[in-house]
Amino acid sequence: MRMIKLTINGQEVEVAEGTSVLQACEQLGIEIPRFCYHDRLSVAGSCRMCLVDIEKAPKPVASCTMPCANGMVVHTDTEAVKQERQGVMEMLLLNHPLDCPVCDQGGECDLQDQAFAYGRDRCRCTETRRKVADKDLGPLIKTVMTRCIHCTRCVRFMEEIAGSPELGGIYRGEKMEIGPCCEGPLHSELSGNLVDICPVGALTNKPYAFRARPWELTKTESIDVMDAVGCNIRIDSRGNEVMRIVPRLHEDINEEWINDKARFACDGLRLQRLDVPYIRKDGQLKSASWAEAFDVIAKKLRPLAPHQIAALAGDMTDCETLFAMKQLMGKLDCPHYDCRQDGVDYDVSKRATYVMNSTIAGIEEADAILLVGTNPRHEGTLVNARILKRWRKGGCPVGLIGAPVELGYPYRPVGESALAMRDLIEGKHPFADFLRKAQKPMLLLGAGALARPDGPAVHALARELAEAFGMVREGWNGFNVLQKAASRVGGLDLGFLPSGQYGMNTNSILAAAQGGRLEVLFLLGADEIDMDRLGKSFVVYMGHHGDKGAGRADVILPSAAYSEKDATYVNTEGRPQRTYRAVFPPGQARADWEIIVGLSHALGDGLAYDTLAALREAMGKVHPHLLRIDEVPTNAWKPFGATGKLSIQPFTPVIDNFYMTDPISRCSPTMARCTAEILPLLPEGRRRA
Amino acid sequence: MSFCAPKDFFFSPENLEVAKKIMAKYPAGKQASALVPLLDLAQRQNGNWLPRSAIAYVAELLEVPAIRAFEVATFYTMFNLEPVGKYLIQLCRTTPCWLAGGEAIAQACQVRLGIKVGETTPDKMFTLKEVECLGACVNAPVMQINDDTYENLTPDGVVKIIDALARGDKPPAAFVTGCGGTCSCGKGKGGKC
Ligand code: SF4
Ligand code: FES
Ligand code: FES
Repeated sequence: MRMIKLTINGQEVEVAEGTSVLQACEQLGIEIPRFCYHDRLSVAGSCRMCLVDIEKAPKPVASCTMPCANGMVVHTDTEAVKQERQGVMEMLLLNHPLDCPVCDQGGECDLQDQAFAYGRDRCRCTETRRKVADKDLGPLIKTVMTRCIHCTRCVRFMEEIAGSPELGGIYRGEKMEIGPCCEGPLHSELSGNLVDICPVGALTNKPYAFRARPWELTKTESIDVMDAVGCNIRIDSRGNEVMRIVPRLHEDINEEWINDKARFACDGLRLQRLDVPYIRKDGQLKSASWAEAFDVIAKKLRPLAPHQIAALAGDMTDCETLFAMKQLMGKLDCPHYDCRQDGVDYDVSKRATYVMNSTIAGIEEADAILLVGTNPRHEGTLVNARILKRWRKGGCPVGLIGAPVELGYPYRPVGESALAMRDLIEGKHPFADFLRKAQKPMLLLGAGALARPDGPAVHALARELAEAFGMVREGWNGFNVLQKAASRVGGLDLGFLPSGQYGMNTNSILAAAQGGRLEVLFLLGADEIDMDRLGKSFVVYMGHHGDKGAGRADVILPSAAYSEKDATYVNTEGRPQRTYRAVFPPGQARADWEIIVGLSHALGDGLAYDTLAALREAMGKVHPHLLRIDEVPTNAWKPFGATGKLSIQPFTPVIDNFYMTDPISRCSPTMARCTAEILPLLPEGRRRA
Repeated sequence: MSFCAPKDFFFSPENLEVAKKIMAKYPAGKQASALVPLLDLAQRQNGNWLPRSAIAYVAELLEVPAIRAFEVATFYTMFNLEPVGKYLIQLCRTTPCWLAGGEAIAQACQVRLGIKVGETTPDKMFTLKEVECLGACVNAPVMQINDDTYENLTPDGVVKIIDALARGDKPPAAFVTGCGGTCSCGKGKGGKC
């Protein structure tokens, strides 16, 4: 790459060709004020705030659009530059309402901050300000369009990152407005990011409106557990209440975006919480003390044989809990436990079989992508955003096996059922050529393909396909499973799976319960199973929300939601990450692992740890990688898979309502509004209705 | 993604042929370039205005997002986003026309039609609209009625033009009121305009 030398404020700097003056300044640590420029979006050059002086240039230059050239002499800190920027600021403020006291962006507003640096203390303009009608963008985004400074970041974001071009600059000149072509809810699952991307208070978080000021909030860095992507988030709380959730930068996972469920479902954390233990007496759930609840369970368990007990883990169960529970089951001599509540049963004996081996950032290297039985937009929104990013760079055809879906980028339909994979291997479909020619082909296998009776065979066929097209080669492994539950990879890593020869998996456990062969069933936040199949078994539900599981329970042990505990989760790439406690669990609820340790003592044979650190140490002895936070281990590629009959049925999407997939989002009024207002507009929703 | 508008606009078979010819002028994959001519075609088919459904229809035809077509349709003042009268009178109000007496022209039109700028007569015959420079300043003041430009206007002259249109007579395109040969009507050359 050619390098270019220029001088900025007397300092020489060498940058790669194509670097803009603004970026070169950043390399030197010189801050350039900006509104429209955003390093993840295309360059618009519309706000003019980034003006600098370049010697020999006849007038000030917008540094974000100006490529560096050899011998350029740039000034950013002269009095003239300051005045130029003051002029721009004055123009921007001409039509800005200056309603900061009632604006939710206050305290974190780029315009406010930069007005401190470049604003005049009074207005010279005597004309009236223009007013712009607010736009209805649905239940998530509040608009105050008079505040808009026409930077067009939102327009570019919707098209370039969300893949859903719904906003635009309409009318022109003095009458220009930002808005949709028809008002109504935005369709994108990434729309919440508009709140962050808008440099002013034109687009703000609607459910959070007027609820807090940023400086009142305690900020806790954590991760999202509503899907298996493991987006990095920051939980902002006040007192013991989660006020909002915002994204946190992680280049390899979510960059700086999160999906709308991760951001807006947090109001579900306040509602329908289980805050004391309950015991069912005469058909009624009655609140009880921890000691009483443990006592009831202990009495129930004492006379039972190990094979009459089982445990199922849900989609948000953390590693510490699974580890402790597995050890407790070991103490009870019971082999029946499973972390796959959706009943999938493909070969998980090797780690490479159930993670995204290429990693999410690896998508950017791929040059042909085959999606199998998945709608990544719903199963891993940020994975889909990464595919869109890759697709936009060009040279990466995407194929889809499965029911047609809208992904935000065009894809080539390859077939609807698993048999299409066979066709590809045999070269009968033209997409095979793309895969064959690609240097780094990849495959993304979704839950829709695996959670069916023929899942194991589909899984094995996918391996065959990966090998046939050389998706696994030196330095590249393009065999990827897109998990949809945050707890899944952790559970599989920990071996929270039927143990030994006789251990029962989810389906057998449910069958045993239905057939009356199971006496006690522990549900660790497992809400997605068919509760009608539990027969007469005694159900101990440990969870945080009064969801389906709690409704069926005989004893409820109230536990902490992800925002209320320090816990480890492994994302779909196999990357361990940690949540941190932002607020305390309500009432008497406790962290899940503490409950299990407490229960083990009540059963007379206590687990050997009583602090989180000790538990983690014990866990690290068996699974050292779970302590290496944020590291993705590479996984050896060994033969795997089971043969079986393939169904000719088309793959169907597994998530029919993106906005409600777990106990938290099902309790969230905001997600309920999305379900009512956005879902009917989407193809999925229309199919549902 | 033209999800928002009702699907109640379609090109007539003849116009669809025209549209296809227009689209064929652009290289494959660049059909979006036909946006402006196709919006114009749709507007002509639809009584000189463009409903949302027509914008969405054209967008779908060209495989561009509806919002991109909407941006274009709202950008150009030549696209009417609301119904207009049979004759759309666009009065130039930019400086040269204004200096040459444009305001009196506007006044004469408003009095003759009994409506204000921005309004349509109750019989839906005339809509009055102010626009920026029509590009014929040399013969200011200027106005445009539907596709024709009328130059060197005088207050009396515009009333005559409107009268003619109201009677159903078509005044000559580029109807002028004595330019002395500078206008584009062609009669000025040698003869008197
Ligand atoms: S709404 Fe916000 S992001 Fe969009 S153009 Fe206006 S100021 Fe920029
Ligand atoms: S940041 Fe350069 S013009 Fe807006
Ligand atoms: S100013 Fe009226 S035509 Fe140019």
